[in-house]
Amino acid sequence: MSVDKDTVRRIAKLARLALEEERVEPMMNELNQIFAWVQQLQEVDIAGVAPMTSVVEQKLKLREDKVTEGGDAKAITANAPLSEDHFFVVPKVVE
Amino acid sequence: MSLPAEPTSFSLAEARDAVTAKRISSKELTDAFVRAVEEARPLNAFVTETPERALAMAEDSDRRIAKGEGRPLEGLPLAIKDLFCTKGVRTTAGSRILSNFIPPYESTVSQNLWDAGAVMLGKTNMDEFAMGSSNETSHFKPVINPWRATNSNQSLVPGGSSGGSATAVSGFLCLGATGTDTGGSIRQPAAVTGTVGIKPTYGRCSRWGIVAFASSLDQAGPMTRRVRDAAILLKHMASVDPKDSTSVDVPVPDYEATLEDGVKGLRVGIPKEYRIDGAPPEIDALWAKGAEWLKDAGAEIVEVSLPHTKYALPAYYIVAPAEASSNLARYDGVRYGHRAAGAKDIVDLYEKSRAEGFGAEVRRRILIGTYVLSAGYYDAFYAQAQKVRSLILRDFTEAFKKCDVLLTPATPGPAFALGSKSDDPVAMYLNDVFTVTVNLAGLPGIAVPAGLTSDGLPLGLQVIGQAFDEATVFKVGRAIEQAAGFTATPAKWWRV
Repeated sequence: MSVDKDTVRRIAKLARLALEEERVEPMMNELNQIFAWVQQLQEVDIAGVAPMTSVVEQKLKLREDKVTEGGDAKAITANAPLSEDHFFVVPKVVE
Repeated sequence: MSLPAEPTSFSLAEARDAVTAKRISSKELTDAFVRAVEEARPLNAFVTETPERALAMAEDSDRRIAKGEGRPLEGLPLAIKDLFCTKGVRTTAGSRILSNFIPPYESTVSQNLWDAGAVMLGKTNMDEFAMGSSNETSHFKPVINPWRATNSNQSLVPGGSSGGSATAVSGFLCLGATGTDTGGSIRQPAAVTGTVGIKPTYGRCSRWGIVAFASSLDQAGPMTRRVRDAAILLKHMASVDPKDSTSVDVPVPDYEATLEDGVKGLRVGIPKEYRIDGAPPEIDALWAKGAEWLKDAGAEIVEVSLPHTKYALPAYYIVAPAEASSNLARYDGVRYGHRAAGAKDIVDLYEKSRAEGFGAEVRRRILIGTYVLSAGYYDAFYAQAQKVRSLILRDFTEAFKKCDVLLTPATPGPAFALGSKSDDPVAMYLNDVFTVTVNLAGLPGIAVPAGLTSDGLPLGLQVIGQAFDEATVFKVGRAIEQAAGFTATPAKWWRV
C-alpha cells in the first residue's frame, strides 16, 4: 500500500495541516517508507481475532450526569491567543 | 550515617531519611539541587526552572517537619516532565504550539506528589508531544546525555521521549523525576542514562492533566537512580481518579515494604523472540548475565515464546499515530496555543497555526494517523493493527502461564550520537523494539541499569510483569540492581 501526491494533499487537508507544495513529494516519500514497513502486518493471520478495545479488563465507569465544575470564563479564555469579553475571537465565518 | 559531601548525591530514600531525621533541612537540600540545575544548563534538561517555587515549597516542608507533620515525600526535590500540566507554570509538551500555555489546573499525578510533600524544581525537556526516542524533536532543542563514551567528548542523546527527566536524574539534578511512556519513553531513556524507570500497568496512574499523545498506551511513571526510589515514588503517583475513567480501582501496595523479599522460587521467562539480528553482542551477553544473576539468587529460568513480537512496532506505528491524530485535533489556534498571523478565513487559521505550531515528526504522525483512520483504509490498517494487538496480549497471557515475570534487554544499544538517526524514521523507531510490546499489552515494565559497554556507556535490562503486579517487578529489579552492583556515574563535565 502506498500513497500518491494527491492522497498526501487530501489527508493534509483532512488533518487541517497546511503543506507547502514543495513539501508534498518529500512527505509522500517519508510516508511510503513507513507504510512499506508496516505492510508486514498483513501477513498475520487474524481470522477469528477480535480487535483490542481495552488493555485492562474493566467495565467503563459511569458517573452521575451533573455539572462538577465550570462557569469560569476568565480561566477558560486566559490562554486564548485572541479573546474579547470572554469570547474567543476567530476570523469571520458567516458572510 | 554521615552526610555525603554533596547533598545532591543522596538517593531519594537516603534524602527522605535524612530530612525526616532533621540531619539536613529541605531548604539546604533544595538549595543544592537548584544550584545543580543552574550549573547543568549546558545539558538543556529543563524547559522551565522554578527555583522560587522550589524554595517556597521547601520552607513549607521544613515548617511541617518542625511541627512533626511531615508527609511521606516531605521536602524532596523532584523534576516534572513538561507533559504534566502544572497550575500556573508553563507546560509546553516540548512543542511550539504550547510554548505559551499556562495551565489553570494541576495534573492528578503531580498533585498527588505535592500532596505527599514533594518539591518541584522545574519542568523537563522532552520530545515534542512525547513523539521521539532521542529528545531531538523538542522545540526547545535537544537534551544532552550526561554520559560520554570513554575518551570522547562527543554529545550523545539521552533517549526519549522523557530525555530531560532521564538526564536530570542521571546528572544528579534532582532526586527523582516523572516521565510518561507510550512506547518506551520512560524505560528507553532510563536504560541509556544508567537510571531506573518503570512504566506501571495501564490504569495504575491517572492520565488526567497529562497532555495526551495516544490515550490507550500513555502511562506515567517515576525515573530515579535506585529501584527503591522508584518504588517509593510510584506509591505516591498512583491513584484511582474520578477524572480518568481508565484509572483502575485496585489498592496500591507498599512496594518498598516487599522490595527486599528476593526472587527465590520465582519463574523468570526468557522470550526467545527478543534475540534480534544485528543487535550488538554486548546486549545479548548482558541479558544472559542478568538471567544468571537471577538464577544465582534462587529464581528458575524458563524459555518462553512471544511469537508476535516482531509485529509490535508496526502495529504501534498505526495505533499510536491514529490516536495522536485525533488527540491533537484540539490544537486549533483559537482556544489556546500558537495562532498564525494573517489567516484569511477560519480553515486557513487552523491549517497555518497547526503547520507552524507542530514540528516535522508530529506533522508526519498526524498525517499517518489521519490516513489510517480515513474512509476505505480503516479496516486494512487500524482494525488489522488492533487485532494484532490482541494477539500480542494473548502471547503474554500464554507466557505468564509458565512464568511470573519476563527478562529482556531494555534497548537494542547504548546512547547514540546526536543527529545520527534523524534522517531515517524507521531506524529511530527501532529503539523501542523491546519496550513497545509492553504498552500494547498494558503491562508493567521496569528498566534497571545493569552494566557498561566496552566504551563505558550504560545498558539496562527490562523486567516485565503481569498486570498490576508492580510489586514483583520491583523485587526482581532490585535483585538485578544488587547483583549488577552498578555504581558508575557520569563525570560532571558540564560543571566547567
